[in-house]
Amino acid sequence: MTPKDPLQVEPGTGVLFTNTSMLDDAINLARKNSIHYLLFGLACCGIELMQTGGPRADLDRFAAIFRASPRQADLMIVAGTLTYKMAVRTKLLYDQMAEPKYVLSMGSCANCGGLFQTSYSVCKGVDKIIPVDVYVPGCPPRPEALTEGLLRIQDIMMCERWKTKMRPGRVDPNAPMMVSSKAGPK
Amino acid sequence: MTQEEVCTQLKEMFGEAVGALSETKGDRFVVVKGEKIVEVCRFLKTTVGLEFDYCQDITAIDWPARKVIEVVYHVYSLVHRHGLVVKVETDRDKPTLATVEGVWKAATWLEREIYDLFGVNFEGHSDLRRILMPDDWVGYPLRKDYQEAGGYHGIGNTRPDPLVQLSKVTDEKRKAFVAAAVAAAAAAAPAAEPAPTAPEGKV
Repeated sequence: MTPKDPLQVEPGTGVLFTNTSMLDDAINLARKNSIHYLLFGLACCGIELMQTGGPRADLDRFAAIFRASPRQADLMIVAGTLTYKMAVRTKLLYDQMAEPKYVLSMGSCANCGGLFQTSYSVCKGVDKIIPVDVYVPGCPPRPEALTEGLLRIQDIMMCERWKTKMRPGRVDPNAPMMVSSKAGPK
Repeated sequence: MTQEEVCTQLKEMFGEAVGALSETKGDRFVVVKGEKIVEVCRFLKTTVGLEFDYCQDITAIDWPARKVIEVVYHVYSLVHRHGLVVKVETDRDKPTLATVEGVWKAATWLEREIYDLFGVNFEGHSDLRRILMPDDWVGYPLRKDYQEAGGYHGIGNTRPDPLVQLSKVTDEKRKAFVAAAVAAAAAAAPAAEPAPTAPEGKV
C-alpha cells in the first residue's frame, strides 16, 4: 500500500488538493501580476531602479510596485554595492520577507562586488548571504535590462507549485535557479 | 590675509610649537606640536583678523617608515576668505591627540572618522566610536599595514574568478581533444604503415 499523501483529505473532497495544477496556475498568475518589490537602493543602481519605476520605463505596467516594508514585499531587488555592514542587515530584511520570496541581484556590485571587489569593506556578491534568483549584469543595468530581469522573475513565479512548496528543477532550495530567456510558464 | 601673515602671527604667539610654512605649491601647511593643537586652533578661530570659522576637513596620513600618523586640519575663514592647512604628528604605536571638538563642532564626526580608519585616539572627545565601519570591526583599514581579517560575520571575502574557471574547462577540453587526436593517430598508424608497402608490393 502506498503511503497516504498528507495533503490528501477525505475521499471526494480532495480533488482540489490533489489536482492543483489549475489552481497553481491561478495562484501564480495572481502572484506574478502583483509583485511588490522591496525598495533596496544601496548605491548608484538605486537611481537606475528609480528610473525603472518611473514613468518612462514604467515597471508598474508589469504590475510591480514598490513597498517600503520587507514584510509586505515578495521580491527583493538588491541594487548597488553591498558592504559587510549592510550585508548583515540585508540578511535580516530577507528573513523578514514572507515565502515565497525572490531575489533579483541588480548590477555588477550586487552580483560579485564589481568595481569594489578588492575593497576591505565590500561583500563579494549578494549571493554570499542570500540565494539569488536572477542576476542582471550591467554597471548599472539599463531600465530595459532590469525590466527583463523582472520578467524572468515572473517566469520563475509561474513555475511555483503549491503542493511541494518548491519550484520544479530546484533541488537545493538555497541554490540559485538558472532561467533561460526562453523559459515560459510551465 | 596671506598664509605667511597667518603663520607669522602663529609664530609670534606660540614660538617653537609652530613650524615654518611649507614651500609646497599646493596647499601650504604648518606643522604644529601635538600638545598645542587645541590652543592653536582656538587662536586661529577667535583672533580678530584671522577668524578661521570653518573646519573644512580633518584627515590623516599614515607614515609607517617614520612611525608617525599625521593628522591634517583644513581650516578656512568664510569672513576673510583665507585658508590654512595645519598638520600634527603623533606616535604611530600609540596615537593620541586632544580633540578640537570644543573649537569647531564639525570636528566631532571628522575625528570619529579618523578614529575609525586610523585608530587615532582623541582625548576628551564626547562620542568616540566607529562611524563608517561596523562597531565590531577589527583593525584600522586605512593604515598602510592593514591586513583583511578574512570576511565578516562568516561572510567570506573571496570569490572564484569565473575566467579562471572557464580557462580550466577549456584547457580540459583542449587536452581531451589532443588526447583523442593522438589516440586516433595511433589507431590510424598501423593502417598507415602498410600503406607505403602496398605500392611497393604492387611494384
